Amino acid sequence: MARIVIDPITRIEGHLSVEIDTEGGAVRGAHVRGDMFRGFENILKGRNPVDAVQITQRICGVCPASHGIASCRALESAFNVEPSGNGLLIRNLILASNFLQSHLLHFYVLAAPDYIDIAAILTYQGTDETLLRLKAWAAHELAKENKPHHQPAAPFFPRYSGEGIYLQDHDTNITHIAHYVKALDIRMKAHRMLTLFGGRMPHIMSYVPGGVTTRPTTEIIKEFSQTLDEIEQFVTTCYVPDVLALAKSFPQYLQMGAFNGFLAYGEFPRYNAPAELYFPRGVMTGGSIETLDTEKITEQVRFSRYGSASGLHPSLGKTEPQPEKGDAYSWIKSPRYRNKPLEVGPLARLLIGYASGRQDIRAETDKALARLSASLPSLRSAMGRYVARAIECTLLCRAMHAWLDELRPDEPPRSTYSIPETGRGAGLAEAARGALGHWISVAGGRLDNYQCVVPTTWFASPMDDNGTHGPMEQALVGTPVRDEANPIEVVRVVRSFDPCIACAVHCTGTKKPVTMAGI
Amino acid sequence: MSVPKTGISRRDFIRIVGGVAAVLSFPSVLFQGCRALERARKRTSLIWLQGQSCSGCSISLLNAGYPDIITLLVADISLDFHQTLSWGTGEVILEVIKKRLEDRKRDFILVVEGSIPTASEQYCTLGETNGLAKGIRQWVVELGAAANAVVAAGTCAAYGGIPAARWKGEGAGPTGATSVAKILPKRKVVCVPGCPPHPDWMIGTLAHCILKGAPKLDEYNRPKLYFGKTVHDRCEWLKDYKKEKFALRWGDKGCLYKLGCLGMDSNCDIPVRKWLRGANSCTGCGSGCIGCTEPVFPDMGKRGIYEHRQA
Repeated sequence: MARIVIDPITRIEGHLSVEIDTEGGAVRGAHVRGDMFRGFENILKGRNPVDAVQITQRICGVCPASHGIASCRALESAFNVEPSGNGLLIRNLILASNFLQSHLLHFYVLAAPDYIDIAAILTYQGTDETLLRLKAWAAHELAKENKPHHQPAAPFFPRYSGEGIYLQDHDTNITHIAHYVKALDIRMKAHRMLTLFGGRMPHIMSYVPGGVTTRPTTEIIKEFSQTLDEIEQFVTTCYVPDVLALAKSFPQYLQMGAFNGFLAYGEFPRYNAPAELYFPRGVMTGGSIETLDTEKITEQVRFSRYGSASGLHPSLGKTEPQPEKGDAYSWIKSPRYRNKPLEVGPLARLLIGYASGRQDIRAETDKALARLSASLPSLRSAMGRYVARAIECTLLCRAMHAWLDELRPDEPPRSTYSIPETGRGAGLAEAARGALGHWISVAGGRLDNYQCVVPTTWFASPMDDNGTHGPMEQALVGTPVRDEANPIEVVRVVRSFDPCIACAVHCTGTKKPVTMAGI
Repeated sequence: MSVPKTGISRRDFIRIVGGVAAVLSFPSVLFQGCRALERARKRTSLIWLQGQSCSGCSISLLNAGYPDIITLLVADISLDFHQTLSWGTGEVILEVIKKRLEDRKRDFILVVEGSIPTASEQYCTLGETNGLAKGIRQWVVELGAAANAVVAAGTCAAYGGIPAARWKGEGAGPTGATSVAKILPKRKVVCVPGCPPHPDWMIGTLAHCILKGAPKLDEYNRPKLYFGKTVHDRCEWLKDYKKEKFALRWGDKGCLYKLGCLGMDSNCDIPVRKWLRGANSCTGCGSGCIGCTEPVFPDMGKRGIYEHRQA
């Protein structure tokens, strides 16, 4: 038996490490560790409640669009106001733009480098000017006689190496490298499109309780629509085919990294019918869907670095950081639903939407499965998570065009509000990587308590009070490890979840501050 | 998008370093800088550490317009270590910075994103040494001493930012989050604040450090190029302010002062530079400045970000 520590796991958001034990060439046990802590909830305490819309976005620079919306919804429920129609639609458009950006970033920049062989560029024989320059550059950087003062061909090298670990097909590699370059441009354009309504990105300015500050002028709608067309073109002609090609090249990952048990809060409320969500809400264990009851959510901390009570509902969450706590190994808490770990994210949204009978979700999923000659259960896998993101982007581009058409340029973008003396509220939303909830209480017109339960705590959680491992830890068990010095199979499974550690480790409420150490 | 043979073009350089106003104020810097840029074919090594960060500064850098990110990566800098962008993982990538510490050649720029916890090393760790997790503070101390320049990217690294904000309405929090300058008291740390910093500010400051040394800094160690004037001075709504036309509800037209805009107390050039290749600005979208480039962000004394009780 061997112990392997992978620290840091790069190409994710934040500080994550994984410790695995292997036996007989496969993972026998895994511990996933969140390695950073800030303490947002107590920074929020005592502030003007509206500050939360800005401050909670800083939990995560990759998914501020989701934190901002969850925060607005929590405030709206505490203030007893509803967002205006324009406000609701513009928030949908902002959030969906960031889903597109996030999924493209995840696939091309964060995850696919585990599969494609960047060295293929060295034998490129085509005529594309950009690729020829990349080829010349890489050849110069990697030449033995060239002794640069920097890491040759960074950030693409160094990387895991080994016989046959990367994609062998030259043309697929080249297509992918070309699309990596293109995807960097397209994801920037998704952020640019978002900024037309959001003011800036990361950290959206225009979110306010009741809607947004930006009026939907015809000029903005036109420019948004044109950019969306360009992104949609890339999604349908590059992203979806690239994901399916990867799945065909690495079919073993349709069998690997599985977890069974899903949760989605659902997202994208309908204009004039905000309770109807484009991606439905629900919990799925086994094959059937049950209605979500948020009272069944608890956060457990036996193996997390907190000294406070375990098993509390998020609205009552009070936690104290305890950096040196005995057998605790992570800053991530363990959210559980009826004491069970659940996977959240695009795959959860897709499977719950499929099982709920949503026709467009079913049609796109069936189409992808037919092209893969695969069955629905095979999507419960590392590769299935990539496929789910690509399908989601196809669906979102279509939905976004419809939301743009529903905007009313002559109407205000928000409802008005007054901050009450007391109030309680919850805001449920979806981030690109899964279900996100904010729980809030207001007292004396200021924030009294604020708790966030974020997607990565669901799937990257450590063991809970019963010793049950989190979804990612369970999904890693059985993963083959051919070469302990290059455990690429492990990081492929980890990255398939799209972890975001800044999000996962955000919360606490201490009673006694720890003594400041000398600097 | 393509990869230009010569890296940053003169036009790009003027755009990122100046904008219209700065071209007039700093012509010598620009022209000397451009000639030097055209000569500099040797990429400069960059080690980018993340402390208590949200990665927003890195994502903002990816939104660079002129030059775009791929040009920057292959033509201008060598991003030797970056937790979000490096293709290597685990020990393979950690070796890169370990080796830099052993080399002691002072041949790289250290960029730090996020604040640094000081109360316990456990609050933020990166990699292991001899089976023990190593705190980010220790990395910054060691790499900071070995670097030829240190740049704090974003308000958290520059001044402490949100992780160092008032805790439960009073005093400091338990992590002891602080700025890079406090960790490296003997070094001049160039601060590029902003939550997040505009990619032009980051690239322009790095280009300046590489080609001409540290740019002229203001009292908070920010490049005067970008932080020389208040947001209010350059605001899209300045005319409305002068006519005393104020917005009182979100989405109204008019100066945003009465909705809590902090543009008079905050320095940066966003109203003229704008985000994402001219798409929009904090003030332009009707929200207003939240003071994110200031050392007091997000507390602004005791006030916080917003003051109003209804809108």
